[in-house]
Amino acid sequence: MFITNAPVKETIKLENDIILLKIYSPDIASVIKPGEFLNVKVSQTCFPLLRRPFSVCDVEGDHIFLMFNILGEGTKALANKNKEDLIDILGPLGNGFHLDDNFDTAVLVAGGLGVAPFPYLTRMIGNKKNIYSYIGGRTNTDVITYGMKNFKASTEDGSLGFKGNVVELLAQDIDTLKSEKIKIFACGPNAMISSLKQFCVKHNFDCEASTECAMACGFGICQGCPIESANNKDKYLLVCKNGPVFNIRDIVI
Amino acid sequence: MKPDLSVQVGPLKLRNPVLLASGTVGYGNEMSEFIDLNSIGGIVTKSLSLKPRKGNPPQRIVETPSGMLNAIGLQNVGVEEFLKEKIPFLNKFDVPLICNIAASTFEEYVECTRILSKEETIKAFEINVSCPNVKEGGLQFGNDVKAVGKITAGVKAVTNKPVIIKLSPNVSYISEFAKVAKDEGADAVSAINTLVGTAFNIITKKPKLFNVTGGLSGPAIRPIALAKILEIKKSVDIPIIGIGGIMDWKDVIEFMIAGSNAIQLGTVNFIDPSAAGKIIKGLEDYCIKYGIVKISSLTGSCIV
Repeated sequence: MFITNAPVKETIKLENDIILLKIYSPDIASVIKPGEFLNVKVSQTCFPLLRRPFSVCDVEGDHIFLMFNILGEGTKALANKNKEDLIDILGPLGNGFHLDDNFDTAVLVAGGLGVAPFPYLTRMIGNKKNIYSYIGGRTNTDVITYGMKNFKASTEDGSLGFKGNVVELLAQDIDTLKSEKIKIFACGPNAMISSLKQFCVKHNFDCEASTECAMACGFGICQGCPIESANNKDKYLLVCKNGPVFNIRDIVI
Repeated sequence: MKPDLSVQVGPLKLRNPVLLASGTVGYGNEMSEFIDLNSIGGIVTKSLSLKPRKGNPPQRIVETPSGMLNAIGLQNVGVEEFLKEKIPFLNKFDVPLICNIAASTFEEYVECTRILSKEETIKAFEINVSCPNVKEGGLQFGNDVKAVGKITAGVKAVTNKPVIIKLSPNVSYISEFAKVAKDEGADAVSAINTLVGTAFNIITKKPKLFNVTGGLSGPAIRPIALAKILEIKKSVDIPIIGIGGIMDWKDVIEFMIAGSNAIQLGTVNFIDPSAAGKIIKGLEDYCIKYGIVKISSLTGSCIV
Protein backbone atom coordinates (compact mmCIF):
# COMPACT_ATOMS: atom_id res chain seq x y z
CA MET A 1 0.00 0.00 0.00
CA PHE A 2 1.37 3.41 -0.96
CA ILE A 3 0.43 7.05 -0.56
CA THR A 4 1.92 8.58 -3.64
CA ASN A 5 1.78 11.77 -5.69
CA ALA A 6 1.55 10.58 -9.27
CA PRO A 7 1.54 12.71 -12.42
CA VAL A 8 -1.32 12.66 -14.90
CA LYS A 9 0.02 11.79 -18.33
CA GLU A 10 -3.08 11.90 -20.46
CA THR A 11 -6.79 12.60 -20.18
CA ILE A 12 -8.58 10.53 -22.79
CA LYS A 13 -12.20 11.29 -23.65
CA LEU A 14 -14.02 8.12 -24.58
CA GLU A 15 -17.50 7.87 -26.07
CA ASN A 16 -20.47 9.12 -24.02
CA ASP A 17 -18.54 11.53 -21.74
CA ILE A 18 -16.48 8.80 -20.17
CA ILE A 19 -13.01 9.90 -19.08
CA LEU A 20 -9.94 7.69 -19.00
CA LEU A 21 -7.08 9.09 -16.95
CA LYS A 22 -3.58 7.80 -17.60
CA ILE A 23 -1.32 8.19 -14.57
CA TYR A 24 2.38 7.41 -14.20
CA SER A 25 2.91 5.30 -11.09
CA PRO A 26 5.44 2.48 -11.37
CA ASP A 27 4.99 1.58 -7.69
CA ILE A 28 1.28 0.91 -8.03
CA ALA A 29 1.43 -0.41 -11.59
CA SER A 30 3.88 -3.13 -10.59
CA VAL A 31 1.72 -4.60 -7.84
CA ILE A 32 -1.95 -3.81 -8.45
CA LYS A 33 -4.27 -6.64 -9.53
CA PRO A 34 -7.56 -6.50 -11.46
CA GLY A 35 -10.45 -5.59 -9.16
CA GLU A 36 -8.29 -3.80 -6.59
CA PHE A 37 -8.91 -0.09 -6.14
CA LEU A 38 -7.30 3.26 -5.44
CA ASN A 39 -8.54 6.01 -3.17
CA VAL A 40 -7.80 9.33 -4.82
CA LYS A 41 -7.61 12.81 -3.28
CA VAL A 42 -8.70 15.01 -6.14
CA SER A 43 -7.79 18.37 -4.59
CA GLN A 44 -5.29 19.75 -2.09
CA THR A 45 -8.05 21.63 -0.30
CA CYS A 46 -10.95 20.60 1.92
CA PHE A 47 -13.32 20.59 -1.02
CA PRO A 48 -13.91 17.85 -1.84
CA LEU A 49 -12.69 16.62 1.52
CA LEU A 50 -12.63 12.85 1.17
CA ARG A 51 -10.78 10.63 -1.26
CA ARG A 52 -12.71 9.04 -4.11
CA PRO A 53 -12.46 5.28 -4.71
CA PHE A 54 -11.80 4.04 -8.25
CA SER A 55 -11.11 0.49 -9.32
CA VAL A 56 -8.06 0.20 -11.50
CA CYS A 57 -9.25 0.17 -15.12
CA ASP A 58 -6.05 -0.91 -16.79
CA VAL A 59 -2.29 -1.11 -16.41
CA GLU A 60 0.23 -0.55 -19.18
CA GLY A 61 3.89 -0.74 -18.15
CA ASP A 62 4.44 1.96 -15.53
CA HIS A 63 1.03 3.53 -16.09
CA ILE A 64 -2.33 2.98 -14.45
CA PHE A 65 -5.69 4.00 -15.89
CA LEU A 66 -8.83 5.18 -14.10
CA MET A 67 -12.22 5.29 -15.82
CA PHE A 68 -15.07 7.51 -14.67
CA ASN A 69 -17.86 9.80 -15.74
CA ILE A 70 -18.36 13.27 -14.34
CA LEU A 71 -20.93 12.91 -11.58
CA GLY A 72 -20.02 15.40 -8.89
CA GLU A 73 -17.33 17.79 -7.71
CA GLY A 74 -14.74 15.07 -7.24
CA THR A 75 -14.90 13.59 -10.72
CA LYS A 76 -15.17 17.10 -12.22
CA ALA A 77 -11.92 18.13 -10.52
CA LEU A 78 -10.25 14.94 -11.69
CA ALA A 79 -11.39 15.39 -15.28
CA ASN A 80 -9.92 18.92 -15.28
CA LYS A 81 -6.40 17.81 -14.35
CA ASN A 82 -3.71 18.92 -16.74
CA LYS A 83 -0.80 16.86 -17.98
CA GLU A 84 1.86 16.51 -15.23
CA ASP A 85 -0.55 17.61 -12.47
CA LEU A 86 0.10 15.44 -9.44
CA ILE A 87 -2.69 13.46 -7.88
CA ASP A 88 -2.54 11.98 -4.41
CA ILE A 89 -3.30 8.27 -4.58
CA LEU A 90 -3.66 5.75 -1.78
CA GLY A 91 -3.47 2.14 -2.85
CA PRO A 92 -3.65 -0.52 -4.03
CA LEU A 93 -6.56 -1.31 -1.73
CA GLY A 94 -8.90 -4.24 -1.22
CA ASN A 95 -9.07 -7.68 -2.75
CA GLY A 96 -9.31 -8.19 -6.49
CA PHE A 97 -10.54 -10.96 -8.79
CA HIS A 98 -9.03 -14.43 -8.60
CA LEU A 99 -7.82 -15.66 -11.96
CA ASP A 100 -6.11 -18.87 -10.90
CA ASP A 101 -9.30 -20.89 -10.34
CA ASN A 102 -10.21 -23.88 -12.41
CA PHE A 103 -12.11 -22.42 -15.38
CA ASP A 104 -11.70 -22.34 -19.16
CA THR A 105 -13.95 -19.40 -19.98
CA ALA A 106 -14.23 -16.05 -18.22
CA VAL A 107 -17.68 -14.51 -18.48
CA LEU A 108 -17.56 -10.79 -17.77
CA VAL A 109 -20.82 -9.13 -16.77
CA ALA A 110 -20.90 -5.35 -16.49
CA GLY A 111 -23.62 -2.82 -15.79
CA GLY A 112 -22.96 0.79 -16.85
CA LEU A 113 -19.63 2.02 -15.49
CA GLY A 114 -19.21 -1.44 -13.99
CA VAL A 115 -16.99 -2.12 -17.00
CA ALA A 116 -14.27 -0.08 -15.25
CA PRO A 117 -12.20 -2.98 -13.84
CA PHE A 118 -12.60 -5.19 -16.91
CA PRO A 119 -10.07 -3.84 -19.44
CA TYR A 120 -7.33 -4.85 -16.98
CA LEU A 121 -8.99 -8.18 -16.21
CA THR A 122 -9.31 -8.82 -19.95
CA ARG A 123 -5.64 -7.97 -20.44
CA MET A 124 -4.52 -10.25 -17.59
CA ILE A 125 -6.54 -13.19 -18.89
CA GLY A 126 -5.09 -12.53 -22.35
CA ASN A 127 -5.25 -15.57 -24.58
CA LYS A 128 -5.02 -18.05 -21.74
CA LYS A 129 -8.78 -18.52 -21.55
CA ASN A 130 -11.88 -17.68 -23.54
CA ILE A 131 -13.65 -14.45 -22.70
CA TYR A 132 -17.32 -13.63 -23.25
CA SER A 133 -18.40 -10.15 -22.20
CA TYR A 134 -21.93 -8.96 -21.48
CA ILE A 135 -22.44 -5.23 -21.08
CA GLY A 136 -25.71 -3.72 -19.93
CA GLY A 137 -27.08 -0.21 -19.63
CA ARG A 138 -30.34 1.66 -19.38
CA THR A 139 -29.84 3.14 -22.82
CA ASN A 140 -27.24 2.99 -25.61
CA THR A 141 -25.10 5.82 -24.19
CA ASP A 142 -24.58 3.79 -20.98
CA VAL A 143 -22.93 0.95 -22.85
CA ILE A 144 -19.15 1.31 -22.63
CA THR A 145 -17.08 -1.11 -24.65
CA TYR A 146 -13.57 0.27 -24.12
CA GLY A 147 -11.03 -2.52 -23.62
CA MET A 148 -13.70 -5.25 -23.79
CA LYS A 149 -13.38 -8.37 -25.89
CA ASN A 150 -16.02 -10.52 -27.54
CA PHE A 151 -18.96 -8.57 -26.17
CA LYS A 152 -22.74 -8.49 -26.42
CA ALA A 153 -24.80 -5.55 -25.22
CA SER A 154 -28.19 -5.09 -23.66
CA THR A 155 -30.22 -1.94 -23.02
CA GLU A 156 -33.41 -1.61 -21.05
CA ASP A 157 -34.96 0.66 -23.67
CA GLY A 158 -33.80 -1.51 -26.56
CA SER A 159 -31.77 1.30 -28.15
CA LEU A 160 -28.77 -1.00 -28.49
CA GLY A 161 -28.46 -4.78 -28.62
CA PHE A 162 -30.77 -6.99 -26.59
CA LYS A 163 -33.82 -5.29 -25.05
CA GLY A 164 -33.80 -6.07 -21.34
CA ASN A 165 -31.25 -6.30 -18.58
CA VAL A 166 -27.83 -7.88 -18.78
CA VAL A 167 -28.73 -10.93 -16.69
CA GLU A 168 -31.61 -11.69 -19.07
CA LEU A 169 -29.13 -11.39 -21.93
CA LEU A 170 -26.84 -13.83 -20.15
CA ALA A 171 -29.74 -16.24 -19.64
CA GLN A 172 -30.24 -16.38 -23.41
CA ASP A 173 -26.82 -18.01 -23.74
CA ILE A 174 -27.38 -20.51 -20.96
CA ASP A 175 -26.77 -23.54 -23.19
CA THR A 176 -23.36 -22.26 -24.32
CA LEU A 177 -22.43 -21.29 -20.77
CA LYS A 178 -23.41 -24.71 -19.41
CA SER A 179 -21.32 -26.49 -22.02
CA GLU A 180 -18.09 -24.84 -20.85
CA LYS A 181 -16.22 -24.61 -17.57
CA ILE A 182 -16.99 -20.97 -16.81
CA LYS A 183 -16.38 -18.42 -14.08
CA ILE A 184 -18.42 -15.23 -14.01
CA PHE A 185 -16.81 -11.90 -13.12
CA ALA A 186 -19.26 -9.10 -12.41
CA CYS A 187 -19.29 -5.42 -11.64
CA GLY A 188 -22.27 -3.10 -11.65
CA PRO A 189 -25.14 -1.72 -9.61
CA ASN A 190 -26.33 -3.70 -6.59
CA ALA A 191 -29.61 -4.58 -8.34
CA MET A 192 -27.65 -6.24 -11.15
CA ILE A 193 -25.37 -8.11 -8.73
CA SER A 194 -28.41 -9.25 -6.80
CA SER A 195 -30.19 -10.67 -9.81
CA LEU A 196 -26.94 -12.21 -11.06
CA LYS A 197 -26.52 -13.95 -7.73
CA GLN A 198 -29.88 -15.66 -8.12
CA PHE A 199 -28.91 -16.69 -11.64
CA CYS A 200 -25.56 -18.12 -10.51
CA VAL A 201 -27.03 -20.02 -7.59
CA LYS A 202 -29.78 -21.47 -9.79
CA HIS A 203 -27.33 -22.67 -12.45
CA ASN A 204 -24.46 -23.45 -10.09
CA PHE A 205 -21.98 -21.03 -11.68
CA ASP A 206 -18.91 -19.68 -9.90
CA CYS A 207 -19.05 -15.93 -9.66
CA GLU A 208 -17.02 -13.11 -8.18
CA ALA A 209 -18.56 -9.65 -8.04
CA SER A 210 -17.06 -6.26 -7.38
CA THR A 211 -19.33 -4.24 -5.09
CA GLU A 212 -19.52 -0.57 -4.26
CA CYS A 213 -20.45 1.47 -1.23
CA ALA A 214 -19.84 5.01 -0.03
CA MET A 215 -16.69 4.99 2.08
CA ALA A 216 -14.24 7.41 3.64
CA CYS A 217 -10.85 5.80 4.25
CA GLY A 218 -10.72 2.76 1.95
CA PHE A 219 -8.60 0.64 4.29
CA GLY A 220 -10.84 -0.43 7.14
CA ILE A 221 -10.65 2.20 9.84
CA CYS A 222 -13.77 4.28 9.21
CA GLN A 223 -16.09 1.24 9.06
CA GLY A 224 -18.21 3.22 6.64
CA CYS A 225 -18.85 0.55 3.99
CA PRO A 226 -20.63 -2.48 5.46
CA ILE A 227 -22.06 -5.30 3.38
CA GLU A 228 -24.17 -8.12 4.78
CA SER A 229 -22.32 -11.42 5.10
CA ALA A 230 -24.06 -14.61 3.96
CA ASN A 231 -22.08 -16.63 6.50
CA ASN A 232 -22.43 -14.55 9.67
CA LYS A 233 -25.54 -12.47 10.18
CA ASP A 234 -24.10 -10.87 13.33
CA LYS A 235 -21.20 -9.17 11.63
CA TYR A 236 -20.92 -7.05 8.51
CA LEU A 237 -18.10 -7.42 6.03
CA LEU A 238 -16.40 -4.24 4.83
CA VAL A 239 -16.48 -3.51 1.10
CA CYS A 240 -13.07 -1.81 1.26
CA LYS A 241 -11.19 -4.44 3.22
CA ASN A 242 -12.98 -7.76 2.75
CA GLY A 243 -13.93 -6.80 -0.82
CA PRO A 244 -14.62 -4.95 -3.03
CA VAL A 245 -14.54 -8.28 -4.91
CA PHE A 246 -16.47 -11.04 -3.17
CA ASN A 247 -17.48 -14.56 -4.02
CA ILE A 248 -21.10 -13.77 -4.78
CA ARG A 249 -22.22 -16.52 -2.39
CA ASP A 250 -20.49 -14.84 0.55
CA ILE A 251 -22.62 -11.69 0.51
CA VAL A 252 -26.28 -10.88 0.95
CA ILE A 253 -27.22 -8.48 -1.79
CA MET B 1 17.47 23.18 21.19
CA LYS B 2 14.75 20.60 20.65
CA PRO B 3 11.49 21.89 22.12
CA ASP B 4 9.68 19.86 24.75
CA LEU B 5 6.51 18.58 23.10
CA SER B 6 5.36 16.54 26.09
CA VAL B 7 2.08 17.45 27.73
CA GLN B 8 0.22 16.51 30.85
CA VAL B 9 -3.49 15.64 30.71
CA GLY B 10 -4.39 15.28 34.37
CA PRO B 11 -2.32 12.32 35.59
CA LEU B 12 -1.56 11.24 32.03
CA LYS B 13 1.87 12.16 30.70
CA LEU B 14 2.04 12.16 26.88
CA ARG B 15 5.16 12.51 24.74
CA ASN B 16 3.33 15.01 22.55
CA PRO B 17 -0.20 16.43 22.33
CA VAL B 18 -1.23 14.45 19.22
CA LEU B 19 -3.64 11.59 19.86
CA LEU B 20 -5.65 9.62 17.31
CA ALA B 21 -9.39 9.87 17.89
CA SER B 22 -11.73 7.01 18.56
CA GLY B 23 -13.30 5.54 15.45
CA THR B 24 -10.59 6.88 13.16
CA VAL B 25 -7.77 4.52 14.07
CA GLY B 26 -9.55 1.19 14.48
CA TYR B 27 -7.51 -0.83 16.95
CA GLY B 28 -4.19 0.42 15.61
CA ASN B 29 -3.21 -2.27 13.14
CA GLU B 30 -4.26 -0.58 9.90
CA MET B 31 -2.69 2.73 10.93
CA SER B 32 0.62 1.12 11.80
CA GLU B 33 1.27 0.76 8.07
CA PHE B 34 1.37 4.54 7.71
CA ILE B 35 2.77 5.94 10.94
CA ASP B 36 5.16 4.93 13.67
CA LEU B 37 2.70 4.44 16.51
CA ASN B 38 5.56 4.94 18.96
CA SER B 39 5.92 8.54 17.81
CA ILE B 40 2.43 9.76 18.67
CA GLY B 41 0.92 11.00 21.91
CA GLY B 42 -1.65 8.23 22.19
CA ILE B 43 -4.32 6.13 20.58
CA VAL B 44 -7.99 6.16 21.47
CA THR B 45 -9.60 2.88 20.42
CA LYS B 46 -12.84 2.48 18.52
CA SER B 47 -15.72 2.63 21.02
CA LEU B 48 -16.12 -0.64 22.87
CA SER B 49 -19.32 -2.06 24.27
CA LEU B 50 -19.72 -5.11 26.49
CA LYS B 51 -20.98 -7.29 23.64
CA PRO B 52 -20.06 -6.92 19.95
CA ARG B 53 -22.26 -4.49 18.00
CA LYS B 54 -23.14 -4.98 14.39
CA GLY B 55 -23.62 -1.28 13.64
CA ASN B 56 -25.99 0.38 11.18
CA PRO B 57 -26.77 -0.83 7.65
CA PRO B 58 -25.35 1.22 4.77
CA GLN B 59 -25.28 4.05 3.83
CA ARG B 60 -23.10 5.10 6.75
CA ILE B 61 -21.02 7.91 5.23
CA VAL B 62 -21.95 11.09 3.38
CA GLU B 63 -19.59 13.84 2.37
CA THR B 64 -20.75 17.40 3.07
CA PRO B 65 -19.05 20.76 2.47
CA SER B 66 -15.64 20.51 4.20
CA GLY B 67 -16.98 17.71 6.33
CA MET B 68 -18.59 14.32 6.49
CA LEU B 69 -21.54 12.73 8.19
CA ASN B 70 -21.13 9.28 9.68
CA ALA B 71 -23.64 6.94 11.20
CA ILE B 72 -21.60 3.82 11.89
CA GLY B 73 -23.69 2.87 14.91
CA LEU B 74 -20.77 1.88 17.13
CA GLN B 75 -19.88 -1.30 15.24
CA ASN B 76 -17.25 -2.93 17.44
CA VAL B 77 -15.82 -6.28 18.48
CA GLY B 78 -16.90 -6.08 22.13
CA VAL B 79 -14.76 -6.15 25.25
CA GLU B 80 -13.94 -9.87 25.23
CA GLU B 81 -12.64 -10.05 21.66
CA PHE B 82 -10.81 -6.75 22.15
CA LEU B 83 -8.85 -8.20 25.07
CA LYS B 84 -8.15 -11.46 23.26
CA GLU B 85 -7.51 -10.33 19.68
CA LYS B 86 -6.57 -6.63 19.70
CA ILE B 87 -4.57 -6.02 22.88
CA PRO B 88 -1.68 -8.39 21.92
CA PHE B 89 -0.98 -6.28 18.81
CA LEU B 90 -1.21 -2.99 20.70
CA ASN B 91 1.10 -4.40 23.38
CA LYS B 92 3.95 -4.35 20.88
CA PHE B 93 4.02 -0.56 20.91
CA ASP B 94 5.13 1.99 23.42
CA VAL B 95 2.14 4.27 22.99
CA PRO B 96 -0.45 5.22 25.60
CA LEU B 97 -3.63 3.32 24.88
CA ILE B 98 -6.88 5.01 25.82
CA CYS B 99 -9.92 2.80 25.67
CA ASN B 100 -13.13 4.44 24.51
CA ILE B 101 -16.28 2.96 26.01
CA ALA B 102 -19.78 3.41 24.66
CA ALA B 103 -22.68 1.69 26.34
CA SER B 104 -26.45 1.55 26.32
CA THR B 105 -26.96 1.58 30.06
CA PHE B 106 -25.27 2.95 33.16
CA GLU B 107 -24.50 -0.60 34.31
CA GLU B 108 -22.81 -1.42 30.99
CA TYR B 109 -20.48 1.59 31.24
CA VAL B 110 -19.41 0.49 34.70
CA GLU B 111 -19.02 -3.17 33.78
CA CYS B 112 -16.91 -2.43 30.69
CA THR B 113 -14.64 -0.16 32.69
CA ARG B 114 -14.32 -2.72 35.48
CA ILE B 115 -13.29 -5.52 33.13
CA LEU B 116 -10.91 -3.43 31.02
CA SER B 117 -9.35 -1.81 34.07
CA LYS B 118 -7.49 -5.05 34.82
CA GLU B 119 -5.58 -4.74 31.55
CA GLU B 120 -2.12 -3.26 32.13
CA THR B 121 -1.76 -1.90 28.58
CA ILE B 122 -4.76 0.42 28.92
CA LYS B 123 -3.57 3.70 30.35
CA ALA B 124 -6.86 5.59 30.55
CA PHE B 125 -10.53 5.51 29.62
CA GLU B 126 -12.47 7.84 27.42
CA ILE B 127 -16.17 7.56 28.16
CA ASN B 128 -18.32 8.23 25.13
CA VAL B 129 -21.51 9.72 26.52
CA SER B 130 -22.22 11.48 23.27
CA CYS B 131 -22.48 9.17 20.28
CA PRO B 132 -25.33 10.52 18.15
CA ASN B 133 -25.86 7.35 16.13
CA VAL B 134 -27.34 4.70 18.35
CA LYS B 135 -30.91 4.35 19.48
CA GLU B 136 -30.30 3.94 23.18
CA GLY B 137 -27.51 5.44 25.27
CA GLY B 138 -25.07 7.76 23.60
CA LEU B 139 -26.58 11.14 22.96
CA GLN B 140 -29.46 10.67 25.35
CA PHE B 141 -26.87 10.49 28.16
CA GLY B 142 -24.77 13.23 26.63
CA ASN B 143 -27.75 15.61 26.76
CA ASP B 144 -28.51 14.94 30.39
CA VAL B 145 -26.26 16.57 32.98
CA LYS B 146 -27.37 14.19 35.73
CA ALA B 147 -26.69 11.10 33.59
CA VAL B 148 -23.20 12.34 32.72
CA GLY B 149 -22.53 12.91 36.41
CA LYS B 150 -23.81 9.47 37.37
CA ILE B 151 -21.80 7.69 34.65
CA THR B 152 -18.64 9.60 35.59
CA ALA B 153 -18.99 8.66 39.26
CA GLY B 154 -19.86 5.07 38.35
CA VAL B 155 -16.80 4.45 36.20
CA LYS B 156 -14.46 6.31 38.58
CA ALA B 157 -15.59 4.00 41.36
CA VAL B 158 -14.31 0.90 39.54
CA THR B 159 -10.99 2.08 38.14
CA ASN B 160 -7.81 3.79 39.31
CA LYS B 161 -6.94 4.80 35.77
CA PRO B 162 -7.60 8.30 34.48
CA VAL B 163 -11.12 8.84 33.15
CA ILE B 164 -11.82 11.26 30.30
CA ILE B 165 -15.42 12.17 29.53
CA LYS B 166 -16.10 12.81 25.82
CA LEU B 167 -18.61 15.63 25.62
CA SER B 168 -21.39 16.28 23.14
CA PRO B 169 -21.56 19.65 21.38
CA ASN B 170 -25.29 19.13 20.84
CA VAL B 171 -26.16 20.98 24.05
CA SER B 172 -26.73 24.60 25.01
CA TYR B 173 -23.86 24.92 27.48
CA ILE B 174 -21.11 22.36 27.21
CA SER B 175 -19.38 23.83 30.26
CA GLU B 176 -22.21 22.57 32.50
CA PHE B 177 -21.32 19.05 31.41
CA ALA B 178 -17.61 19.63 31.91
CA LYS B 179 -18.37 20.92 35.39
CA VAL B 180 -20.40 17.89 36.43
CA ALA B 181 -17.73 15.59 35.02
CA LYS B 182 -15.11 17.38 37.11
CA ASP B 183 -17.29 17.35 40.24
CA GLU B 184 -17.77 13.60 39.92
CA GLY B 185 -14.04 12.99 39.61
CA ALA B 186 -13.26 12.95 35.88
CA ASP B 187 -9.58 13.55 35.16
CA ALA B 188 -10.20 15.33 31.85
CA VAL B 189 -12.79 15.99 29.20
CA SER B 190 -12.51 15.59 25.44
CA ALA B 191 -14.48 17.94 23.23
CA ILE B 192 -16.13 17.87 20.88
CA ASN B 193 -17.86 14.76 19.63
CA THR B 194 -19.67 15.11 16.30
CA LEU B 195 -22.62 17.41 15.66
CA VAL B 196 -25.94 15.93 14.61
CA GLY B 197 -26.61 16.51 10.94
CA THR B 198 -28.35 15.03 7.94
CA ALA B 199 -28.49 15.20 4.14
CA PHE B 200 -31.17 14.27 1.60
CA ASN B 201 -31.24 12.85 -1.88
CA ILE B 202 -33.17 15.44 -3.87
CA ILE B 203 -34.54 12.93 -6.37
CA THR B 204 -35.79 10.21 -4.01
CA LYS B 205 -36.40 12.71 -1.15
CA LYS B 206 -34.97 10.12 1.21
CA PRO B 207 -32.20 10.78 3.74
CA LYS B 208 -28.80 9.74 2.42
CA LEU B 209 -27.96 7.94 5.66
CA PHE B 210 -29.83 4.78 6.64
CA ASN B 211 -29.86 6.13 10.19
CA VAL B 212 -31.43 9.40 8.88
CA THR B 213 -29.08 11.55 10.96
CA GLY B 214 -25.37 11.21 11.53
CA GLY B 215 -22.46 12.91 13.21
CA LEU B 216 -20.82 15.79 11.37
CA SER B 217 -17.03 15.93 11.55
CA GLY B 218 -14.16 17.49 9.64
CA PRO B 219 -12.97 21.06 9.15
CA ALA B 220 -16.59 22.27 8.90
CA ILE B 221 -16.95 21.90 12.68
CA ARG B 222 -13.58 23.36 13.70
CA PRO B 223 -14.82 26.85 14.68
CA ILE B 224 -17.59 25.30 16.77
CA ALA B 225 -15.10 23.04 18.55
CA LEU B 226 -12.84 26.00 19.30
CA ALA B 227 -15.72 28.00 20.77
CA LYS B 228 -16.84 25.07 22.93
CA ILE B 229 -13.28 24.53 24.21
CA LEU B 230 -12.98 28.21 25.02
CA GLU B 231 -16.26 28.04 26.93
CA ILE B 232 -15.07 25.11 29.03
CA LYS B 233 -11.65 26.64 29.63
CA LYS B 234 -13.16 29.89 30.87
CA SER B 235 -15.41 28.33 33.48
CA VAL B 236 -14.13 24.89 34.52
CA ASP B 237 -10.67 23.95 35.76
CA ILE B 238 -10.26 20.59 34.04
CA PRO B 239 -7.76 19.36 31.41
CA ILE B 240 -9.21 19.42 27.89
CA ILE B 241 -8.44 17.22 24.91
CA GLY B 242 -9.54 19.21 21.87
CA ILE B 243 -11.18 17.52 18.90
CA GLY B 244 -12.89 18.85 15.81
CA GLY B 245 -11.70 18.97 12.23
CA ILE B 246 -7.97 19.33 12.84
CA MET B 247 -6.19 18.92 9.49
CA ASP B 248 -2.67 20.25 10.14
CA TRP B 249 -0.25 21.55 12.78
CA LYS B 250 -1.62 25.09 12.57
CA ASP B 251 -5.00 23.81 13.71
CA VAL B 252 -3.35 22.08 16.67
CA ILE B 253 -1.77 25.36 17.79
CA GLU B 254 -5.17 27.03 17.54
CA PHE B 255 -6.78 24.31 19.66
CA MET B 256 -4.06 24.60 22.29
CA ILE B 257 -4.31 28.38 22.42
CA ALA B 258 -8.07 28.04 22.93
CA GLY B 259 -7.48 25.83 25.97
CA SER B 260 -6.61 22.29 24.93
CA ASN B 261 -3.89 20.37 26.78
CA ALA B 262 -3.79 17.81 23.98
CA ILE B 263 -5.75 17.16 20.81
CA GLN B 264 -7.15 14.28 18.79
CA LEU B 265 -6.96 13.80 15.05
CA GLY B 266 -10.13 12.31 13.60
CA THR B 267 -11.43 12.73 10.06
CA VAL B 268 -7.97 13.65 8.73
CA ASN B 269 -6.83 10.06 9.39
CA PHE B 270 -9.28 8.88 6.72
CA ILE B 271 -7.84 11.26 4.17
CA ASP B 272 -4.17 11.08 5.07
CA PRO B 273 -3.38 8.22 7.45
CA SER B 274 0.17 9.57 7.73
CA ALA B 275 -1.02 13.01 8.93
CA ALA B 276 -0.02 12.55 12.59
CA GLY B 277 3.70 12.34 11.75
CA LYS B 278 3.60 15.50 9.63
CA ILE B 279 1.66 17.35 12.31
CA ILE B 280 4.13 16.45 15.06
CA LYS B 281 7.00 17.64 12.86
CA GLY B 282 5.08 20.88 12.14
CA LEU B 283 4.57 21.50 15.87
CA GLU B 284 8.27 21.03 16.54
CA ASP B 285 9.21 23.46 13.76
CA TYR B 286 6.70 26.02 15.06
CA CYS B 287 8.13 25.82 18.57
CA ILE B 288 11.67 26.26 17.26
CA LYS B 289 10.68 29.19 15.05
CA TYR B 290 8.89 31.06 17.85
CA GLY B 291 11.25 30.10 20.67
CA ILE B 292 8.71 28.01 22.54
CA VAL B 293 10.57 25.79 25.00
CA LYS B 294 7.58 23.78 26.20
CA ILE B 295 4.58 23.34 23.94
CA SER B 296 2.36 22.93 26.99
CA SER B 297 2.83 26.67 27.65
CA LEU B 298 0.47 27.32 24.74
CA THR B 299 -2.53 25.81 26.51
CA GLY B 300 -5.12 28.49 27.15
CA SER B 301 -2.73 31.25 26.05
CA CYS B 302 -5.29 33.01 23.88
CA ILE B 303 -5.79 36.68 24.57
CA VAL B 304 -9.51 37.38 24.84
